[in-house]
Amino acid sequence: MTNILTLERVETFISQYHILQGIDFEAKAGEVSVLLGRNGAGKTTTLRTIMGLTPASKGTIHFDGKDITKMAPYDIANSGIGYVPEDQGIFGQLTVEENMKVAIRKETDATMQKQTYILELFPDLKKFWKKQGGNLSGGQKQMLAMARAFVNDSKLLLIDEPSKGLAPIVIEKVMEAITEMKKHTSIVLVEQNFMMASKIGDTFTLIDDGRTVQSGEMQNLIEDEQLKRKYLGIG
Amino acid sequence: MIKQPLLLSKVNVVYAIVVGVMAVLPFVLDSRTMTILLTQFCIFAILAMSYDILLGYTGIISFGHAMFFGIGAYTTAIMLSDYGPSIGIFAVSIVVGIVLSAIISVISGALTLRLKSHFYAMFTLAISGLFLVLAEKWRTVTKGNDGFTFRAPELFRERLYFYFLVLICLVVVFILLKRIVASPFGKVLVAIRENEQRTRSLGYKTLGYKIIASVIAGAVASLAGSLYAISLRFVNTSVMTMDITLDALMMTIIGGVGTLIGPIIGAGVIEFAQHYLSGLAREYPIFERWIIFFGILYILAVIFFPRGIVGTVSLRYHEWKLKKGQKTKASVKLREKEIQR
Repeated sequence: MTNILTLERVETFISQYHILQGIDFEAKAGEVSVLLGRNGAGKTTTLRTIMGLTPASKGTIHFDGKDITKMAPYDIANSGIGYVPEDQGIFGQLTVEENMKVAIRKETDATMQKQTYILELFPDLKKFWKKQGGNLSGGQKQMLAMARAFVNDSKLLLIDEPSKGLAPIVIEKVMEAITEMKKHTSIVLVEQNFMMASKIGDTFTLIDDGRTVQSGEMQNLIEDEQLKRKYLGIG
Repeated sequence: MIKQPLLLSKVNVVYAIVVGVMAVLPFVLDSRTMTILLTQFCIFAILAMSYDILLGYTGIISFGHAMFFGIGAYTTAIMLSDYGPSIGIFAVSIVVGIVLSAIISVISGALTLRLKSHFYAMFTLAISGLFLVLAEKWRTVTKGNDGFTFRAPELFRERLYFYFLVLICLVVVFILLKRIVASPFGKVLVAIRENEQRTRSLGYKTLGYKIIASVIAGAVASLAGSLYAISLRFVNTSVMTMDITLDALMMTIIGGVGTLIGPIIGAGVIEFAQHYLSGLAREYPIFERWIIFFGILYILAVIFFPRGIVGTVSLRYHEWKLKKGQKTKASVKLREKEIQR
């Protein structure tokens, strides 16, 4: 399977802090690649660096065969990467409908079909179509954030901690949605909830102190108790 | 399917009634002072709406908005003074003022809108200060701080006709801006205000959108400036001072940011309060310091209407509606239970 995203020796600074000190990462087309690691390991910064929000100071990022290391966030988004940030980034004063409209940069038959599809996946969004984004529950906000990223023809979705702060029943729904989305796009997932990550992830990359520690098939990590204990504190 | 707002919706009918009332007010009041006051109110309402596009819809705080107001005022005054007081020249001067403001908006926006909000605010203050100094020093054209008088077109020397022109401008600007903020472009502006970084990562080159917003705001402010110059038939550097920007800011905040109708109400409150408070000084000497009372009024408005008049009223209305809805739901449930029993 071909790589849709490749990070080679990526380093990133936030102010004077050297957050990413050498990230190597590959995401294969049609798979869910999971970034794992302790709090503060650099998972979120990795996603933000891919999106150009905290640009890389060293190393290269290739997406779909194109070097995107120095590109601006809007160009990266337009090249086919959808991003669901940790805080969901909902526009609270806009309704669900308006949030979706802003996300759909160009209304075409394809995007409208995708919107219909995503509304079937998340019926709550349809129900609260005219409700302001700021008045949605945590789970509904997560659904809206994912819907916004998915509605354009994104070849890759970057999803940051979709289970954070959600009730178990809502996490199940989100998991189902990601599994369904996987049929249409490649996904890079940052997740603390190992149970969720192991269920939907195909491959994993372990990050610690801003460096890639290990990568491989998810099944290998599930079976490696020592690795889980050392880097994730579980097992 | 996208539902288009009805032309004859309740709100539009209210707007039409208000415009109708404003159109007949000068005949009912039959006072030259009131006609002038209403004219000033309409002009500042246009200026305040232009400021709302920046502050309310895009989240940009500008301390240099008076610059565009001044450009409009000076362009109209200079052109009417140099080329004669005809309606044609007046119309051309409005267009020239708008074009000049748009060009300056693009240049200053491209240079400064990349900056974070507080730095941008300081830069706009500096640029507007630069224009103020230019107006003071370029005496051959502007006559400096002394200013100059000029003749308005014959038709607009009649205060009533000029009032109708200003009222029409107010209505047209309101409709145009309303359409802009309701368009997908307007929604992107709100998205920028809410979370610029997120908007960029959705694929929007936000700088371009912010520059367009500042061009629209600058052009509308320039129109207000042109009308202001005609209403006074005099122009001096006061049209470019910080006071004008602060007036626009206060009108927007008191009326309610991000509502468009709010700044119009804010302009009304401030213009009429200024007029009546300063008028009271003739009878009560204490009101000679009317600006202090005006300050108190402003503080009270901010305390009791933290979201501005329109914002707070709309919030209370929605809370009341929600409570009413919950009560109705509760009573329906109670009735269902009773029926089950």
